[in-house]
Amino acid sequence: MTRRRTGYYVLMYAIGAVLLAAVFGPILWLVISSLSTQAELLSVPTHFVPDHPTLARYQEIFTGAQSSVGGALRAAMVNSLVVATATVVISGVAAVFGAYAFARVRFRGKTPVLLLFLGTYMMPPLALVIPLYLIMANLGLLDTRTGLVLVNCTFTTPFLLWLLSNYFAALPVELEDAAQIDGLSRLGALFRIVLPIARPGLVTAAIMAFLASWDEFFYALIFTDSPAAKTVPVALSEFVGKYASLDFGLMAAGGVVALVPPVVFAVILQRQIMSGLAAGAVK
Amino acid sequence: MTGLVRQPTSAGTRAAPVPAGRPLRRAREGRYALALLTPALVVVFGIILYPLGRTLVLSFLDADSVVEAAYGFVGVRNYADLVTDPAFWQTVGRTAVFTVFSTGIELVVGVLLAQFLNQRIPGQWLFRTAVIVVWAVPTIVNANMWRWILNPNYGALNGLLLRLGLIDHYQDWIGGPGRALYVVAVVDAWKTIPLVAILLLAGMQTIPADIYEAAAIDGAGALRRFRHMTLPLLKPVIAVVIVLRTIEAFKVFDIIYIMTRGGPASGTTTIAFYAYLQAFSNQRFGLGSAIAFLTALFILALSLVYLRALRQTGSGR
Repeated sequence: MTRRRTGYYVLMYAIGAVLLAAVFGPILWLVISSLSTQAELLSVPTHFVPDHPTLARYQEIFTGAQSSVGGALRAAMVNSLVVATATVVISGVAAVFGAYAFARVRFRGKTPVLLLFLGTYMMPPLALVIPLYLIMANLGLLDTRTGLVLVNCTFTTPFLLWLLSNYFAALPVELEDAAQIDGLSRLGALFRIVLPIARPGLVTAAIMAFLASWDEFFYALIFTDSPAAKTVPVALSEFVGKYASLDFGLMAAGGVVALVPPVVFAVILQRQIMSGLAAGAVK
Repeated sequence: MTGLVRQPTSAGTRAAPVPAGRPLRRAREGRYALALLTPALVVVFGIILYPLGRTLVLSFLDADSVVEAAYGFVGVRNYADLVTDPAFWQTVGRTAVFTVFSTGIELVVGVLLAQFLNQRIPGQWLFRTAVIVVWAVPTIVNANMWRWILNPNYGALNGLLLRLGLIDHYQDWIGGPGRALYVVAVVDAWKTIPLVAILLLAGMQTIPADIYEAAAIDGAGALRRFRHMTLPLLKPVIAVVIVLRTIEAFKVFDIIYIMTRGGPASGTTTIAFYAYLQAFSNQRFGLGSAIAFLTALFILALSLVYLRALRQTGSGR
């Protein structure tokens, strides 16, 4: 019996070691590349441990001139932050009210309307991008953050609505009833009772929507072409075409900078995000 | 809206079914729901359903510039152009290959990974953290990172394999049109397997532990329990994952744009990338819209399959 247990643990930790290598190997190489000199990156066969690690790329990204690659990436970070925040606020407000209606109000046509929202959640960006492009061109919203916020709401709104309506429906209704007996209006109960109780779920949902917007590339590539509105993914995609042949290390450093915020969020909120992902797809 | 807010409502109306014969209350509930849903409906109609309708309209026009006044009606010519173009069918074929291959890897590795993540072993938190870290890696960073690792002249994969003696000279991993599509699918799977594993893990956690204990007492080994209990019980979740990943695979764009730009020799031009090239490189918005609308119809059909699969998981409403 004990020998079988030992065998079990050996097998499990062997699998675990493979998992950790598969996950952290590539990411570690990205970090090492960002710290290695260009000469070491171009050595054949690959030089895995840098002899002269350097922070020059990070210095360039954070303190480089406005017109440099670093300056472009900094501008892109500001754009991504502004666009993602505004997207979450706008689609979040729309989704909170809508989700509350689905969770707590009985009305005719509820199921078809819910399916309509779920259907829009599935819609590929491809199906919307051409008319959106022409509309934005005519309204002068191409290459603006406002335009990007509008198009990003196309995927964050149905996502949040779906997640929050599941979440609200799972909350006990008794507290709201008690609040209304105490004289709160229904909307008052939403703001004073439901939203405070739902805060952990709201934060998780908001961060997931924020990350979806932070990650968005297709719309941003098509709708932006200047530092006024380019987001981080677009700026990083240009490293490949414009600069990567010059400096792989700079591309790696840009990748590390873009990677850190979502990874930190995900690790801190690991449990909530895992159940949020499961609820979003399988409920 | 404030008028609605102030309306006195008695407690419990939401929880209890609205009794028939009280049309006044029902109408009021309807108005209240409509008021709450208005912001979301504005978004859905304004920037999703209206553009979708415009996509359909554009697919019947010769929209070859951004000047909308110049468009003329051409009937089904865009669709006719598409279905008679062998390049389009090759694109469809590549998309199908990409979808089947990447979904297959994700499912096989995902099931095994979920089973591993479901074990109660010391240090499991570390393995689960590793999985969520990959989930959080931005798609573009993933593509850039692997493009660098697979670089034919300086890439770390070549360096590693050479040092281990597994290859005797550097390889161009995404150089040939035959191989590139599969390599890109594997890179896409690296990023997506965590999500698949998390969904499957959630499904596994709903299986009560005592049925496994009972089976173990009856002498069923771990492998037999996995094959004859876990897999059948997971079937509905697996169905959901397959449909969901198929829908996603049809949208794949970012990773192809970064790693191969559809090349070499169009070897990785899948449907979304093909539509992008037609619409935004060649300015053939009408033709691009026709591709987009066909894709949307196909995904709508898959979504209906998805909803059926959801209902079978038993947790759907």
